[in-house]
Amino acid sequence: MAEFLQILISGLSAGSIYALAAVGFTLLWQASQTINFAQGEFVMLPAFFVLVFTVKMGLPMSIAIVLALFLSVLLLGALFKKLIVEPMLSHGVLPLVIATIALGLLMKEMVKEFYSPLGQPFPGLFPHDVMSILGAKISVADFANFVIAMGTIIILQLFLSRTRTGRCMQATAQNPEVAKILGVDIKRMVMYTFLINGALAAIASVLITPIYLAKFSNGEVLGLVAFIAAIVGGFNQIRGALVGGLLIGVIDNLSAAYVSAEYRQAVPMLLLIFIIMVRPQGLLGTTEGRTV
Amino acid sequence: MSRKHLFFVILAIAVLILAPLGQKNYIIYVMCSWLMFSVAAMGLNLTLGYAGQVSLAQASFVGIGAYITSLITLAGYHWVLGWLAAMGATFVIGLILGYPALRVQHHFLAFVTLAFNTIVFLVFRNEEEITGGSFGLVGMPRPEFFGIQTMQQINFYYFTLVLFLISAFVFWWIVNSPWGRAFKALRENPIRAESLGVDTRRITLLAFGIGCAFGGGAGAIMAPLVQFIEPGSFSLIHSLKILLMVVVGGAGFFYGPMLGAAVVIILPEFLRFTEGYYLMIYAFLVIVLMVYSPNGLIGLGQKLMARLKPQQEVRKDMQKGAQL
Amino acid sequence: MSQSVLSIRNISKSFGGIKAVRDVSFDVQPGEVLGLIGPNGSGKSTLFNCVLGQLRPDTGQVTVKGTSVSGMRAADLNKLGVGRTFQQLSVFPQMSVIENIILAGQEHHGSMVSRLFGPSDAGLTGEAEQMIAFFRLEHLRDEMAGSLSYGQQKLLDAAMAFMAGPDLVLLDEPAGGVNLTMLGHLKDRLQTYNREHGTTFVVIEHNMEFVMSLCTRIIVLAEGAIIAEGSPDDIRSNQQVIDAYLGG
Repeated sequence: MAEFLQILISGLSAGSIYALAAVGFTLLWQASQTINFAQGEFVMLPAFFVLVFTVKMGLPMSIAIVLALFLSVLLLGALFKKLIVEPMLSHGVLPLVIATIALGLLMKEMVKEFYSPLGQPFPGLFPHDVMSILGAKISVADFANFVIAMGTIIILQLFLSRTRTGRCMQATAQNPEVAKILGVDIKRMVMYTFLINGALAAIASVLITPIYLAKFSNGEVLGLVAFIAAIVGGFNQIRGALVGGLLIGVIDNLSAAYVSAEYRQAVPMLLLIFIIMVRPQGLLGTTEGRTV
Repeated sequence: MSRKHLFFVILAIAVLILAPLGQKNYIIYVMCSWLMFSVAAMGLNLTLGYAGQVSLAQASFVGIGAYITSLITLAGYHWVLGWLAAMGATFVIGLILGYPALRVQHHFLAFVTLAFNTIVFLVFRNEEEITGGSFGLVGMPRPEFFGIQTMQQINFYYFTLVLFLISAFVFWWIVNSPWGRAFKALRENPIRAESLGVDTRRITLLAFGIGCAFGGGAGAIMAPLVQFIEPGSFSLIHSLKILLMVVVGGAGFFYGPMLGAAVVIILPEFLRFTEGYYLMIYAFLVIVLMVYSPNGLIGLGQKLMARLKPQQEVRKDMQKGAQL
Repeated sequence: MSQSVLSIRNISKSFGGIKAVRDVSFDVQPGEVLGLIGPNGSGKSTLFNCVLGQLRPDTGQVTVKGTSVSGMRAADLNKLGVGRTFQQLSVFPQMSVIENIILAGQEHHGSMVSRLFGPSDAGLTGEAEQMIAFFRLEHLRDEMAGSLSYGQQKLLDAAMAFMAGPDLVLLDEPAGGVNLTMLGHLKDRLQTYNREHGTTFVVIEHNMEFVMSLCTRIIVLAEGAIIAEGSPDDIRSNQQVIDAYLGG
């Protein structure tokens, strides 16, 4: 029981970070029908921003993280939107998919070439202490990751539902024509969505990288997990992406412990196929009114 | 086929025959690789470009074809048997993969096929007794035809060229047959197609089955070409690479995948002098291409042609249209 | 009396608690041009979809040439000899006009196998060119269908519905959005086709003038039931119909 609880909690912790990437993924989809195949690399990169600021420039960790956050919002948010997504909106979904695949490759290669092809140790933000809850040993880092990731998503949800800007963003995502008639500045709202995605990626990056090493190839798995979480939960809902992320985190940890290690990766895939075939709108999703 | 087109095809084949003469083995190997990937990309072009069904699993079919051919040739049977078995098996598995397409479309279909590719990869890696696991299979013999060995790189090139031409002809035949028209109709407007008597379910499944069989055929070439296969060669990233070939060349155009495969396989060789930067330059060029010409290189070519020629045809149409 | 092409017997269909169609019955005779009209929400579209097999009626039966069509797939219905047009533009935009027309006929020629190994036009180029000429679209033969004007696409849509030589064609708002000149041309072509081939038409249409001048018989639906039936002149002077339109 204690072992199960331990697995469950570390699964939730990893899952909450996946959820950050998945939420960003669904936001982009809603706002501009962008399927971002570089989402994994978006999460991989900010950790290297931090490393550049701390290791190469000698800045303290806290400042480095703030700077990395800004840089991510700027590059992965604004620049991505302006230079790649915006000129391609009229081309349909597929060319943009290809462009984001190429972008992911570009980012990977740049990190490999200009920083290092080897995994880099990345400082953890939290002490390596272990606490005991109901007999299960929980690391403080896991717990803190969970709290920060969930907190971020809750703040985002509050922003979207309680503020005027947030509601305008939601209106834009659900029905751009009507939003336009109501006087919403659609372009700006879509831009905000991209900025938020940049920020989410940076937060996810700082939280998840200490668990592994910082490596150029980290995005491959992360991107896949974000897709699966988004689809399983419901492609058009933040709550869905959250539930999907947590579910994938827990399932991944459980199958690592109880299913054969070789087919561990297949479990989320089978779940994905099952969900798409049985409930394509996802666990919490509603059927999309918009023609896709 | 117009006369000009026929002349172009004959010229192209002549170039393909002469191209490897006097080249180093490595260059010939790269050209074989290009022909092989062209066949795989042709299949995806049928599924995606012509029939409009997204698939991110083409590399897994190349893999299935390669493993089947390897196992059969390693067991001592002739390569032709392996080739037929590879095409047959991938056709049937492709039909099965097509079933989800009857329920879901677009990005959902993309993710189902993506998951399929990952599962196939895991099977290759984990079923060691059959596939050799992470170590893969080694030492597949190169086939012999009527006493002619293909061990020599140049002979193997002509063997690959013949298979490529057969595949290209079959592909050309299919897309120009009424089936090809039905595939396009499925892409353009499935509901209208169904109301005109097109059995869209059957056509969807066939688009997957045939497209995947081309993947299997490419795998059958790959096994004796590289003589070493391992699961990593058929992972998701390679499916994305084949997708890249199709879209960069021009999805839905006959010559698109061949051009796209050339760009993906041969261009990096030319960019090799840039050393570590070549993948970066390459990725950057792809992004720029997609921004400016979503129809790929062939679309770009058409755009340039249209700009060079004054647009009389459009005018003529508008005048006559106004009469109605 | 010859066997009717389309026979609708006691059709009812409700969605939730709302009865969209109530116990409707009528027959359509070979060669007839029947207009189906009624105010918005009168049940025309529901009835239409029951005929097309896309909706299964709660009670009653729809038969085409004696065969029940409930739940039949659109492709099979087409093979049975039923053509249709669509309210929205429904051509294949990235295919040329002649390719559009050939596609509309090819599934009725030969088998799946002969369509792979036989000629690439399924032997239909001549027939398709005649159809194009009939609708006066010759000059657009090799243009992409998507580049045609709205009215031209509507003509092409109709031409495709005729290509398989159907016995019955269902026209779903053929006049919607078409300009006056084109409308006259369309009506003339439909009437000529009906006269030359004896094809039966069922037309749903909002444009009263178009329906009145095209159809030989008109059925008026209101709140899911037939309230009037007769020649265009009868309908024009029917008080119930006027009330239904003005009241609804």
